[in-house]
Amino acid sequence: MKRREFLGHAGAFGTMGLAGGLSVPALLSGAGRAYAAGDDIPVGLLFSLTGAVAVVEHTLHDAALMAIDEINAAGGVHGKQLRAIIEDPASDPATYSDRARRLMIRDKCVSVFGSYTSASRQAVLPVTEQRENLYWYPTLYEGRECSRNVMYGGAVPNQQQDILLPWLVENFGKRIYMIGNNYVYPKEENNYCRILLNELGGEVLHEEYVPLGHSDFSSVINRIRAQEPDVIFSTLVGDSDVAFARQYRAAELDPEKMPVCSLTRSEVEVKAIGGDAAAGHFSSAPYFMSNDTPENQRFVENYKSRYGADSVTHFVSEAAYFQIYQFKAALEKLDPANLSPTAIRDAAVGMSMMAPQGEILIDPNLHTHLWPKVGQWQSDGQAKVILQSEGRITPKPYAAYPGQDCTGDGLVKS
Amino acid sequence: MDVVFNQAFAGLSIASILLIIALGLAIIYGTMGVINLAHGEFVMLGAYATWALQTYAGLGVVTALPLVFVAVAAVGWIIEKVIVQRLYTRPLDTILATWGIGIILQQAVRLGVGADSRFVSGPHWLSGNIEIGALVMSNYRLFVIAFSIMVLGATWLLMTRTEFGMKLRAVIQNRGISECYGIEAKNVYSVTFAYGAGLAGIAGALITPLFSTIPTMGTGLVVDAFLVVIVGGLGSLMGTAAAALLIGEVTALFSIVINDTLGRIAVLAGIILLIRFRPRGLFPSDIRH
Repeated sequence: MKRREFLGHAGAFGTMGLAGGLSVPALLSGAGRAYAAGDDIPVGLLFSLTGAVAVVEHTLHDAALMAIDEINAAGGVHGKQLRAIIEDPASDPATYSDRARRLMIRDKCVSVFGSYTSASRQAVLPVTEQRENLYWYPTLYEGRECSRNVMYGGAVPNQQQDILLPWLVENFGKRIYMIGNNYVYPKEENNYCRILLNELGGEVLHEEYVPLGHSDFSSVINRIRAQEPDVIFSTLVGDSDVAFARQYRAAELDPEKMPVCSLTRSEVEVKAIGGDAAAGHFSSAPYFMSNDTPENQRFVENYKSRYGADSVTHFVSEAAYFQIYQFKAALEKLDPANLSPTAIRDAAVGMSMMAPQGEILIDPNLHTHLWPKVGQWQSDGQAKVILQSEGRITPKPYAAYPGQDCTGDGLVKS
Repeated sequence: MDVVFNQAFAGLSIASILLIIALGLAIIYGTMGVINLAHGEFVMLGAYATWALQTYAGLGVVTALPLVFVAVAAVGWIIEKVIVQRLYTRPLDTILATWGIGIILQQAVRLGVGADSRFVSGPHWLSGNIEIGALVMSNYRLFVIAFSIMVLGATWLLMTRTEFGMKLRAVIQNRGISECYGIEAKNVYSVTFAYGAGLAGIAGALITPLFSTIPTMGTGLVVDAFLVVIVGGLGSLMGTAAAALLIGEVTALFSIVINDTLGRIAVLAGIILLIRFRPRGLFPSDIRH
C-alpha cells in the first residue's frame, strides 16, 4: 500500500517534470475542451461486477446507476443527460487502474465513481492524481489518506467510533476483545479504538487478526469464552464475518452478556448470517436501511422496486447513491460549457444536501460530514437505531495521528 | 486447563470437516491418480444444493444429505464421462481440465444463483451445546464429527467388503490385467469419481450452517483437503483420517498458542518439513505403480 502511494506520488511528479519540459499548454487546453464537448456528460462507473468483491460492489453499482437514471428521468443536469460508462474491473486492483485510465482518458469522464476495497482505491489513486480527475469513493475506510482528487463518501475511524466507544464502555464494560481480518482497515480502526479506550480507562483483553476469508472460528470462540470480555469489537469483513456470527450463535454465546459490536456488518452480511444469529448484536454506521426519513423511504422504495423486494440497501450503497447526487449538485453550480474535474471538486466543497441518512456536508478535506448511528440487529434482519449522534460528525482521517491533519490544502504536518 | 480441552474439541471439529472434504479427494486422487482441482467446487455445489432444497422444498440440512449426495455425485459422474475419462493417459492435463471445470462451475453458480452469500439454517434439534464441566461442545459440531467417522467407516467397508471395492482395488493394482478378467475399468472409474464428488457434496451440505455459502467457498477448502491427502499418503484411507486429525489438532493448538495467522504459517511450515522427511506421507499405501 505504502509502495503504491509512493509510486502514485512519483508518477505525479514524473508527469509534472515531463510537462515542464515540453510544450504542455496545448495538451492541457486540449483536455479542457474535450470535457465540455458533447450533448451529454460522461460519468464513469468502476465497480466490480465479477470476481470476489462483486458481491458488495454490485450493490454499489446498482445504487449509483439508479441515481443516474433518476437524475436523467428528471431532466438531467443543465438539460444534459448523464451518460454512465460502465467498466468491470473484475475485483483485480491492476484492472482497476487500467480501466480508470480508460474512463478518464478515452471516455473523457469528468468523474469516476467506484471501488469498495482500499486496495482498489489505492490502485486508482495514481491515475486519478496524474490525470487531475475526480474519483468518488463511497466506502467507509481506515483514513490516513488525503488526496485532492478523491471524494470520500464513507466514514473514517473517528466517525465510526467517537460516539460508539463511550456508549459501549458505559453500557457493557471496559474489557474489549478485538477481532478483525488481517489487513490495513481493521488495524487502523483498532489503533484508533485503543486511543479512545485509553481516554475512557478501558482495557484491550486481546487483539487478534485472522486471514481474509478465514472461516473456522472455533479457536477464537474458545478464547472469547475463556477471557469473558464485556464487548467483542469486530472488524471482520464479508465471509469471515458471516462465518464468525454463525459459529458465535452455534456456540450459544449470549449477545446480552457479550455482544459483538461490528464496524463492518451491514444488512448484506446480516441477510447471509440469518436474522436469528445476528439479533442482539450491534453495528456502528451512518446509515441503516430502517432509517426513518422521507429521503430514505424514497431510496429504499425505488431500490426495491427496481432490484427486487428482497434486495437490501446498506451504508455503502447509500453513499454510492448520494455521491451521484452530490456530483449533480456540483455540476449545477458550474457553467456547462466549462466542466472539469477540479472545478467540480471545488464546487462540491462546502455543499450540503439531504441524504437518506440525514443532512450531509462535504468538508474542504473532501471527506463527508456524516450522522453516525449505532444499530441493534433484530431477527427480521433490520437494525433498530438505539444511539444517534447529536450532530453531524466531522471527518478526521488523521485522528489517530497527532500533528497531522487533512485540510483543504492537502495533508498538513505540524 | 479448560482451554486445553475446549481447544482439543475445536481441533477435532476442524479435523472432522477436513476429513469429510479430503476423503472424496483422497479416493479420486489415490485410486485414479487424478488431481481433481474441481473438488472444492463440488463442495460448493453441495452447499448450494442444500440451500436450494431448504429454500424451495423446505428440507432440513440432515434430511437433504442423501439428495445432495446423489445430485453432486450425478454431476461428478457426468463430468467424468464427458471430460476426465478422456484424459486418463495424460494425468498432467487433468489438472488443467479439472481446474477449468472448477472455474466453469463457480461462474455458473454465480450467474445462475447470484454472487451474494446464501443463508442456510442449521437443524434446530442440533442447536445448543453439551457442557461437561468447563468443556463446551456444540451439538452440531458433535454431529459433524460423528457423521465424518460414519462416512469414513462406510467408505472403508465399500472398499474392502464389497464386490465393487474389490474390483476397484484390482483396477488400482493393475488396470490391464483387471480388464483381462472382465472388469470394466471405465465404469469402475466413473463410479469412483461420482462417489468422491458425492462425498464432497455431503461435506458442503454439512458446513453450510457454519460457514458462508458463496460461489468461491470451495477454493480455500480444496487447498486444505490437498494438504490432508498429501500428509496422509496417497490412496490410504486411514492415512487421510490420521492426517486430518493431526492437521486439525495442530491448527487448533497453534491458533491458541500463537494466533490464527501465524498458526496457519506454522502448520504449512510443519507440512513442508514433514514431506521433506516422509515424501510419501505418513501412511503411504504399499501398492507399486
